[in-house]
Amino acid sequence: MPSYVITSKCDGCKALDRTACQYICPNDLMTLDRQKMKAYNRDPVMCWECFNCVKMCPTQAIEVRGYSDFVPLGASVSALRSTEDIMWTVQFRNPEIKPKRFKFPIRRGVSEGQIQPHGHFPTGTDDLNSPLLMGEPSALNTEQGPVKLGGLAELALSRSPNGGK
Amino acid sequence: MTEWKTVVVETDLLICGGGMAACGAAVETAHWAKQRGLKVTLVDKAAVDRSGAVAMGLSAINLYVDLNGGKNTVRDYVDYVRNDLMGITREDLVANIARHVDSTVHMFEKWGLPIWKDEKGQYVHEGRWQVMISGESYKAIVAEAAKKALAEAGGEYFERVFLTHPLMVDGRCVGAMGFSVRENTIYVFKAKAVLTAMGGAVHVFKPRSTGEGIGRSWYPPFNSAGSAAFTITAGAEMTCQEVRFVPVRFKDAYGPVGAWFLLFKAIATNALGEDYMATNDAELDKWGPYGRAKPTPANLRNWLMMMDIQKGKGPIYMQTGDAINRISKAMPDEKAARKKLKELESEAWEDFLDMTIAQALLWAATNVEPEKKPSEIMACEPYFIGSHSGASGAWVSGPKDLQTPDTESEYFWGYANMTTVPGLFAAGDASGASSHKFSSGSFTEGRIAGKSALAFIADKGNGATVSDAQIAALTAEILQPLETFEKHRDDTTDPDINPSYLRPKQFMSRLQKVMDEYAGGVSTQLATSKAQLEKGLELLAFLREDASKLGAETLHELMRCWENRHRLLQAEAHMRSVLFRDETRWPGYYVRTDKPAMDQANWLAFCNSKYNRETGQWTMVKRPVKYLTRDAER
Ligand SMILES: Cc1cc2nc3c(=O)[nH]c(=O)nc-3n(C[C@H](O)[C@H](O)[C@H](O)COP(=O)(O)OP(=O)(O)OC[C@H]3O[C@@H](n4cnc5c(N)ncnc54)[C@H](O)[C@@H]3O)c2cc1C
Ligand code: SF4
Ligand code: SF4
Repeated sequence: MPSYVITSKCDGCKALDRTACQYICPNDLMTLDRQKMKAYNRDPVMCWECFNCVKMCPTQAIEVRGYSDFVPLGASVSALRSTEDIMWTVQFRNPEIKPKRFKFPIRRGVSEGQIQPHGHFPTGTDDLNSPLLMGEPSALNTEQGPVKLGGLAELALSRSPNGGK
Repeated sequence: MTEWKTVVVETDLLICGGGMAACGAAVETAHWAKQRGLKVTLVDKAAVDRSGAVAMGLSAINLYVDLNGGKNTVRDYVDYVRNDLMGITREDLVANIARHVDSTVHMFEKWGLPIWKDEKGQYVHEGRWQVMISGESYKAIVAEAAKKALAEAGGEYFERVFLTHPLMVDGRCVGAMGFSVRENTIYVFKAKAVLTAMGGAVHVFKPRSTGEGIGRSWYPPFNSAGSAAFTITAGAEMTCQEVRFVPVRFKDAYGPVGAWFLLFKAIATNALGEDYMATNDAELDKWGPYGRAKPTPANLRNWLMMMDIQKGKGPIYMQTGDAINRISKAMPDEKAARKKLKELESEAWEDFLDMTIAQALLWAATNVEPEKKPSEIMACEPYFIGSHSGASGAWVSGPKDLQTPDTESEYFWGYANMTTVPGLFAAGDASGASSHKFSSGSFTEGRIAGKSALAFIADKGNGATVSDAQIAALTAEILQPLETFEKHRDDTTDPDINPSYLRPKQFMSRLQKVMDEYAGGVSTQLATSKAQLEKGLELLAFLREDASKLGAETLHELMRCWENRHRLLQAEAHMRSVLFRDETRWPGYYVRTDKPAMDQANWLAFCNSKYNRETGQWTMVKRPVKYLTRDAER
């Protein structure tokens, strides 16, 4: 389902400091034609139809058309992503089947830009050679009791801060 | 040619890739590096927010042991993985990931990843090891944490820099080189240790689709053997290069089947309505103790399905309607059944929309309402993804504290997750013989490998410096395709047809045709033989020579050239390993028609390989399989 750009909607991301679709495409496909100030997919057969360009485009100029070699025409899937959830609309080829609408959360309790990578669990060692990782053992829920390792005595990671050495 | 500039970046630890394993390494090492004033640098060919196999999102975290929930132990997980890989697995590596993975998942939750919970606040499981998530932004969340952690520790990240080569001095890996796909810049990263985590490979084999749909491979087209090529080129020993992965998914769009099989307990049948797992059950006795292991190994499930296709009993269908009816019938009344139905419907579509949107579109375009009509499933083309149900990757050291006196001499050489090349570490799809890590386990292994690499740096300090001559030679090699194209482009009236160069897509087609026809691709129903492989290797040798005649018009095409050179190395390692094993090991992933049975006496060995960049020669070697779990079947 290669992505395509609707000419009348694409403004070349003029007002932004970068071209959104070009920035995000994991396969380096979306390209800005600087003469026309319009974006296009430079190699549709390499498109994974991951929808990242679709979700990112500020003017909703990008859509996808099912792969011509196996997807019958006439259906569509569109996405509208906000900061907390994503709304999907699935339209069937048969217009008598009621379109489906879904809303799913994308982040919970921590908004974009607010993630604290570290510090959620205390780290039990300063030793680079200990098998304990950052935040362990407490991040293994050790307050709920000993970690169940299943008879592999050597795996006694949580017994002492230095990994039972 | 236009002017090129060279940027040199000095760092302590270099992380190659920006996927799950790389982000795990970034978050973990930032913590330890900050305390010690060490610099960590991460390099990704794409934008970290949406790069790698999780770019689209995922609908489940496939590895969560739940060590404290009371149901599972590390031992249980190790048993599961060993059986699924038919006995061929490094238990030390699997156990190491499993004992840490829960801490990763708990951290994801703190970062705001929506993990499904039941009324009691417990994670909702899809299967024994899988927990359900609303994972549209899974990768964006992980990337935000990784980038922020790096920034806080004084580290750096580079996006849209494609890495082509490791830098080597006296057998130690001391950095990497690559180029920007946005401006004419060569990048030289000089490091004390290097961690490679550049994913697996697709488009080595010809895809089933023939037109536009070739981009809709199950595995993302942008993961192009970067990891394998990096470690192979560095001269690291590789393992399980024969263990490709062939997933069975909804046909053509390759949407996930996990929710249907595990959550909804659906059954797949042939066109006659027979459950091929039941009708072909006797076949399982042919595959040693593994055939009767529970659950049945993934490749054997594939194989039983393929047997029916070969008997002409296809298409194969996921009986979605039966599953839905069974669940709604189990409800106490009609109202509850209607409510349940709605819930199931939403879960089924979310499974697609979170991770394979094309499948939702294909269902819509073919008017599929899953409660009314079954959907076809099919085995995809082969992929290389050591973090999933494949096992290909670099041969790495296990952790010291998990070794037994019996395993230590084989599986430990100083630093967890270090390859056989000093200073070069691997994680995720880049490390082999430790399957079923998935997103959470790959992230966890990146953490383990990253911390271990810092311990290496603390012990060993600086490596020797790379000579300017090495940098100059590699620069010339990297840019060669641009020069070749420019020199010859005007010799013909059609830039696509020129006797002096091959464009990257033409090169890729040739590679795929060889692999498909000679190494057991979909055209031969995954079957190959000694004679086929030898012929295929002969043809690959020509392709290897022609690789020096790749031509690139743009930076984008230059990247495509190098992706295909990387794929070629993966292809060769694979063919040589399938040839070396001289037996059918994983029917359902591939069959050696000349040796169709399982060779019990010689079964338990790792098939390892090594490449010499100077001579172009490969060396094959067997390594013993030794278990930590003493009473496991041998
Ligand atoms: C379709 C699909 C569905 C899956 N479903 C699930 C699931 O439901 N649950 C689950 O837990 N796991 C799932 N997995 C598995 C999971 O995605 C992988 O295990 C995980 O992403 C592996 O992590 P990695 O870091 O090794 O590779 P990736 O996450 O793929 O990262 C590779 C990175 O390397 C970069 N890179 C590649 N080449 C180069 C280069 N030459 N130079 C610089 N950078 C480069 C890429 O841009 C990317 O950043 C799924 C995988 C696939 C393909
Ligand atoms: S993101 Fe949208 S508006 Fe911006 S260049 Fe791309 S298609 Fe045009
Ligand atoms: S759908 Fe994905 S792969 Fe295709 S152009 Fe958009 S971002 Fe790139």
